[in-house]
Amino acid sequence: MAEITTREAINQALHEELERDEKIILLGEDVGLYEGSFKVSKGLYAAFGEQRVIDTPIAEAGIIGMACGAAMGGLRPIAEIMTVNFAIVAMDQIVNHVAKIHYMFGGQLQVPLVIRAPGGGGNQLGAQHSHSLEGLFMHFPGIRVVCPSFPADAKGLLKTAIRSADPVLFLEHEELYGVKGDVPDGELLIPLGVADIKRAGRDVTLIALSKMVYTCLEAAEQLAAEGIDAEVLDLRGLNPLDMAAVIESVGRTRRAITVEESWLTGGWGGEIAARIMETCFDVLDAPVLRVAAADVSAPYNKQLEQLAIPHAEDVVTRVKELF
Amino acid sequence: MLPIDDGLKLEIAELLQMYRDMVLLREFEESCPKLYSQGKMGGFLHLYSGEEAVGVGASHAMQDGDYMISAYREHGHIIARGADPKVIMAELFGKATGISRGKGGSMHLASAELNFMGGYGIVGGHLPLAVGLGYAAKYQQTGQVVVCLFGDGATNQGVFHEAMNMAALYHVPVIFICENNGYGIGTSVERASSVTELYKKSCAYETPGNRVDGMNVLAVYQLVREAIARAREGGGPSYIEAATYRFRGHSISDPGNYRSPQEKKIWQERDPIPKLGKYLQQHKGVAPAQLETILAEELQRVAAAIEFAEASPEPAADQLMTDIYVEG
Ligand SMILES: Cc1ncc(C[n+]2csc(CCOP(=O)(O)OP(=O)(O)O)c2C)c(N)n1
Ligand SMILES: [Mg+2]
Repeated sequence: MAEITTREAINQALHEELERDEKIILLGEDVGLYEGSFKVSKGLYAAFGEQRVIDTPIAEAGIIGMACGAAMGGLRPIAEIMTVNFAIVAMDQIVNHVAKIHYMFGGQLQVPLVIRAPGGGGNQLGAQHSHSLEGLFMHFPGIRVVCPSFPADAKGLLKTAIRSADPVLFLEHEELYGVKGDVPDGELLIPLGVADIKRAGRDVTLIALSKMVYTCLEAAEQLAAEGIDAEVLDLRGLNPLDMAAVIESVGRTRRAITVEESWLTGGWGGEIAARIMETCFDVLDAPVLRVAAADVSAPYNKQLEQLAIPHAEDVVTRVKELF
Repeated sequence: MLPIDDGLKLEIAELLQMYRDMVLLREFEESCPKLYSQGKMGGFLHLYSGEEAVGVGASHAMQDGDYMISAYREHGHIIARGADPKVIMAELFGKATGISRGKGGSMHLASAELNFMGGYGIVGGHLPLAVGLGYAAKYQQTGQVVVCLFGDGATNQGVFHEAMNMAALYHVPVIFICENNGYGIGTSVERASSVTELYKKSCAYETPGNRVDGMNVLAVYQLVREAIARAREGGGPSYIEAATYRFRGHSISDPGNYRSPQEKKIWQERDPIPKLGKYLQQHKGVAPAQLETILAEELQRVAAAIEFAEASPEPAADQLMTDIYVEG
C-alpha cells in the first residue's frame, strides 16, 4: 500500500497491463514522446516503444476508428482522447461503430477497447473545454461507462476495463489527477458496475461519482456538524449501473439526492431518481432531489463558472430541504 | 535580407502601420504571462509571439468588412483586425467589459462589429464555418472574402478535408491560412503528418496551395493579397501555408522542452519584427528613433489596456443565465 496520486495510479495500471499483455497498445495525441498532456503516460513510451505507445495526429475520429478496428483485429487498444470534449469529434465512431458492432453483427465481432478521456469543469477553460459527458454516454447501449473517484478505484477499475471484452469509456477528472489516496501495490482488479459506500450514514444517501464524490464527502462533514448523518454512495460508473446498491442504501436512509457535475436537464440524476421512484417509492420519506450544474455553457469568468457548477454548500442546502 | 518585392508599392504609412501592429501584438502577448501568474487570468493562454507576421500580413491584405475566423491562438488576429486591446485584455481578465463580456476568455474572442467571427477551441472545428461564411457572402453578392487561420495540427483532422472539398466544390471566396509553427503541442509536423509540405494538402481538391515565409510580413501580405484578389473576382478558394514558429510553449503551462535550444535560436533570428525594422531603416529611410517611438507608444497602449481591465467590473451574477437564447 502506498499513498499516490490518481495520475500515478492510472500510470501504474497502464504500465502493469502493457507489461502483462503484448496485445495492448496505447494510442492518442501526445501520449508518447510528450508523455501525455496531463503526464499520465509518463515513462510508457520509453518502456514500451513507439509500436505500442503511438503518438497520433490530432484526428479523434481516426484515433477511435483505428482503435476500434485494431480491437476487432485482435489487439487490445487503449485510446486516449486528450480531453472528453474532443470525444465529441469522434462521436460517430464511438456511438455508431464502437458501441454497436457487437450487437449488430449478432455477437460475432468484439471490440475490446478502452477509451480514456479526462474531463470536468472548474478551471476557466470556457464553453468548449469544460464538459462532463458521462450522462450522455450512459444513453448509448453497448458501451460501458466508468468514472473513478479515488486513486485506488482508478487503478482497479482501469485494469478491469482493459481486460474487458466490451468497449469501455473510462472517464477521468482533470481536477483529480493530483489527488492522493492509498493504492495497493501490484495487482488490483475492481469489478465494473459495483458501487462503493465512501461514507456510511443513516439519514440520507448522496449518490455521486468522480469529483462529485469529494464534494459529497465535504457536504457530509458539514451536515454531520448539524446532526444529519449522510451516506455517500460512489457509483464508480454508470454502465453497468449498480441500482441494487442504490436501492439498498436508500432502503436504509429513506432519502436520496443525486449529485452530478454536468447539466441538470437530461442528466444521469434524472435516470437514477426515476428508477428509485419506480422500485422503492414506498420506502421514501421525501422526493428524490437532484443537484447538478446550471443549464448553461461554461462561462470563462471564474465567479460565473463557480456559480454554475455544484458545490458542497449546494448539496447541504438541498439535503436540508428533505428534513 | 528580406526578399521584398518593391513592386508592392506600399505607402510608407502602411509599412509603418504593419510594424506598429506587430509590435502591439508582441507586447500585448508578452505582458500576459506575468498577469497570468498573478492570477488575473485563468484557463488556457496560447500566446502568438513569433507568429505576428502571419496575422498582420493577412489582415493588411483584407478590406474592412471581410471576415476573419480563427482558432484559440487568436489574440493577435483580432487585434490585427482592429479590436481595441483594452476589450481584449478585459476579456482575458474575465471582466464584464471584455469583448465577449467575460464569458468567452482567451480562446473565444469575437467581434461582430469587425466581422471577426470567433476564436474556437476544437482543433479544426471552425474550418467548415469559413466555408459557410464564404457561401453566404457569395450568395448575397456582398463582395466579402473570408480569411480562415488554423494550425498545422488542424490539417490532420477529417474536417479539414471536408472543408477543403466543399470550399472548392462551391467555389467560395475563402483563403485558408495554415500557420505552420512546426508543432501541435509537443508533436512535430514530421511525427503527425505523412505529408510535411503542408501546402500540398489542397492539391486533391484542385485548390491552389502555396507556401510563404511566415516570418516575413511583406511576403505574407503579398501572397494573401493575391489570393484575396482572386477570391473577390470569383476565382474560388486558396490555401496558404505560412512557415512560422511560436517563441513560447504551446500554452502558458507548457515549457516547450521538446524543442532544442538551437532550433529556437534559428527561429528567434528570423523574428519578423526586427526584420521589418531593419528593412524600414535600410530601404525606407526610417530613423531608429521613429521605431523606438512606436515601441514606446504601443507599450503605453498595452499598459492602458491592463489598467482598463484592472479597473473594469466583474460580470454581475445574473449574467450567468443570459445570452443562452436570442429569444429569451
Ligand atoms: C479536436 C481537438 N483535439 C485536441 C485538442 C487539444 N489541442 C489543443 S491545441 C492542440 C494542438 C494544435 O496544434 P496546431 O493546430 O498546430 O495549432 P498551434 O497550437 O500550433 O497553433 C491540441 C492537440 C483540441 N483543442 N481539439
Ligand atoms: Mg502548430
